Amino acid sequence: MEADLKADLKSLAEEQPLYALKEIVMRHEGQKGAAIPILQDIQGVFGYISPEMLQRAGEFSGIPVNDLYSIVTFYAQFRLEPIGKNLIQICHGTACHLAGAEKITESLQFETKAPAGKTSEDGLFTLEKVACLGCCSLAPVMTINEETFGHLSPDGVRKVIRETRKISSAEKSREEVTS
Amino acid sequence: MTEQPKYRLKVGLATCGIAGGAAKVYRALEEKLEGSSIPLERTGCIGMCYNEPLVEVIEADGQSYLYGNLEPEDSTRIVEQHIGEGKPVTELLVLGRGSETDDPSYFSRQKRILLKNSGHIDPEEIDSYIAADGYEGLKRALTSMTPEEVIAEIESSGLRGRGGAGFPTHLKWSLTRKAEGEQKYIVCNADEGDPGAFMDRSILEGDTHSVLEGMLIAGFAIGASVGYVYIRAEYPLAIRRLQIAIRQAEERGLLGENILGSGFKFEVFIREGAGAFVCGEETALLMSIEGKRGMPRFRPPFPAEKGLFGCPTSINNVETFANVPRILHQGAAAYSSLGTAESKGTKVFALAGKIKRGGLIEIPMGTTINEIVFDIGGGISTGKPFKAVQTGGPSGGCIPADLGDTPVDYESLKKIGAIMGSGGLLVMDEETCMVDVARYFLTFTREESCGKCTFCRTGTNQMLKILEGITEGEGREEDVDTLIEMAEKIKAGSLCGLGQTAPNPVLTTIKYFRDEYDAHVREKYCPAKKCKALIDYTIIEDACTGCTVCARQCPVDAISGAKKEPHLIDQDACIRCGLCTNSCKFDAITVTSMPKGEDELCHR
Ligand SMILES: Cc1cc2nc3c(=O)[nH]c(=O)nc-3n(C[C@H](O)[C@H](O)[C@H](O)COP(=O)(O)O)c2cc1C
Ligand code: FES
Repeated sequence: MEADLKADLKSLAEEQPLYALKEIVMRHEGQKGAAIPILQDIQGVFGYISPEMLQRAGEFSGIPVNDLYSIVTFYAQFRLEPIGKNLIQICHGTACHLAGAEKITESLQFETKAPAGKTSEDGLFTLEKVACLGCCSLAPVMTINEETFGHLSPDGVRKVIRETRKISSAEKSREEVTS
Repeated sequence: MTEQPKYRLKVGLATCGIAGGAAKVYRALEEKLEGSSIPLERTGCIGMCYNEPLVEVIEADGQSYLYGNLEPEDSTRIVEQHIGEGKPVTELLVLGRGSETDDPSYFSRQKRILLKNSGHIDPEEIDSYIAADGYEGLKRALTSMTPEEVIAEIESSGLRGRGGAGFPTHLKWSLTRKAEGEQKYIVCNADEGDPGAFMDRSILEGDTHSVLEGMLIAGFAIGASVGYVYIRAEYPLAIRRLQIAIRQAEERGLLGENILGSGFKFEVFIREGAGAFVCGEETALLMSIEGKRGMPRFRPPFPAEKGLFGCPTSINNVETFANVPRILHQGAAAYSSLGTAESKGTKVFALAGKIKRGGLIEIPMGTTINEIVFDIGGGISTGKPFKAVQTGGPSGGCIPADLGDTPVDYESLKKIGAIMGSGGLLVMDEETCMVDVARYFLTFTREESCGKCTFCRTGTNQMLKILEGITEGEGREEDVDTLIEMAEKIKAGSLCGLGQTAPNPVLTTIKYFRDEYDAHVREKYCPAKKCKALIDYTIIEDACTGCTVCARQCPVDAISGAKKEPHLIDQDACIRCGLCTNSCKFDAITVTSMPKGEDELCHR
């Protein structure tokens, strides 16, 4: 999905989620093998796919909900739970593994208190293991909200997380004040 | 005609460059150059990933200077000193007149045909591609050749599939051409599943149109009017550039109806993969495009007869397609003059691991492993001895250093138990534990097995259990033989390439590094000091200054000691996370692994 369209649908989703969902599904009307692109677009806009969204997507598209369910459970890309405020993707590609990615993940788990593949209880961090991010010369590598950090060390990442936590907490308290 | 600018600047803005900070450098240069007439261009991967961010300054006479490892602040000096006063900033140069590094051999030993444009043209501008002879191959095919002649040309070029197996491309095309059916499809496999590789992504990011042109020529050759690119969703930049390229090609009449007045029509759709390695396998990939779970099916029928939506389909890899315009433009003879008797042309590799100069390289087939590691890659980054290279990712094998003379071609690699693979090339040094490498790949394949074949599903699981046992010090004498036996069964009992090749990393590490397995099993000893259960972290009393940093870093409070006094690690509490070694500024913490016999002697 193009970036502009995605932004539009995202703001629509905040006001009228059901309408946005229908809009997403209808964009694929008549397309052959549309199930995966529909689900990808739903996740792109909503960040994850809930059981309710699956149900609705089935109704709007006419694709059996069972089929949709079998797809979201087969493909690793689909998230069935919302992600935390900061998405951390840790590369576990071969080069990063050789450079010590496991230690990086371990250290991140200590610091964020999020189990690998899951979100921390405070909702601030989601940890995800991914394969080669395409910059092996910088191994080990991670991305936080799509910004890349390379040549990581176990104590270096703790500092990065502490910084990120500070920024996120500040934002959170600002939000609380304004609302 | 406008006057030629005195300088042109190019910034490598592929994923590797952006990760290295190139976008910031680009913005800094933009600011510095504001108001001047000096063009600032963006380009794909320049290839020297180890020196990112990279900026090339080209003088009016074509003389090129490549700056590397830049910080945004460096843009000031480049603009003021080089552009302003005409004096290159030698300290920052990695290539070009006056450069003081030995990096030139990185490029001089390569042969860049496919990567000729990457890092030179602007991949988001079709004119930039056309100015570099882009779409000339298509033009030749459409205006002066029959589809059969195109296939014959590909045949005499000797092109073989770059997706891993090396199947002759012309055979696939002619089978699909001859198959019965009104509707036929071209599919480009851009799923790039090898978890340590990024060649296809770089080609798509740096020379997007070349892949489209290859697909168009293939479509003409087999009589297909629709093409799909199946690309990993994790490659957002490549996807965006593809979208741009498709739109630009449509605007120029290079996609759509009646292309170049020949009556040939072709359209291209993008499908994003959804994160399943097995979908790189061709039949699973087709299932996925059809909107189903990506499970491989039995072949025959091959996709050439019954492929996408039941129609004849030719499916090829990104790099395979990128070769096609070059062959058509320069002619088969020029192409097949490169390479060996059975493997023609060049191969792109993502060179990574413990290597000094890692990046995107392209070599003529037949170049040896040693030439790649030492002449191009500059040797081992850690200064430790070279131990092995791994090619082919989870389907491939480890090649020991003493087979470094092996030429890189399909047959030679197969003979020693490895494969060409799609182009991942990982370099390992003495500190790499080969049992751990085998465990790593098997963790991956176990995870990615689609579950259809019992041998693949439960077999990889059981092999992994054994490998985990070995790395955890629980290995038994018979384990290695059991692994070999199971490996043979999984190979024989699996439907698709995933299961058939999953045991390769285990088999080759056993074949060439049996002593390491034995050390783990018999002596509970990890020679590379990597396996957690077999190592200890200890503080060297004389070197420890008692600064307390390590004690504060330790997540389980296993380190104790008074300030300014040597500290001590409680071995039972220690979880071997390595945070202490990493934080110690005095190199006072060592990692040891002791063969069981010696260990007992020490404690006596
Ligand atoms: C498990 C598995 C994963 C594969 N992954 C890829 C891949 O990521 N990219 C690719 O081009 N081919 C991959 N292949 C090979 C494809 O099945 C197919 O052979 C290839 O796309 C054909 O293109 P070629 O003839 O141009 O090499 C994979 C095969 C298997 C068995
Ligand atoms: S393996 Fe991590 S970036 Fe390639």
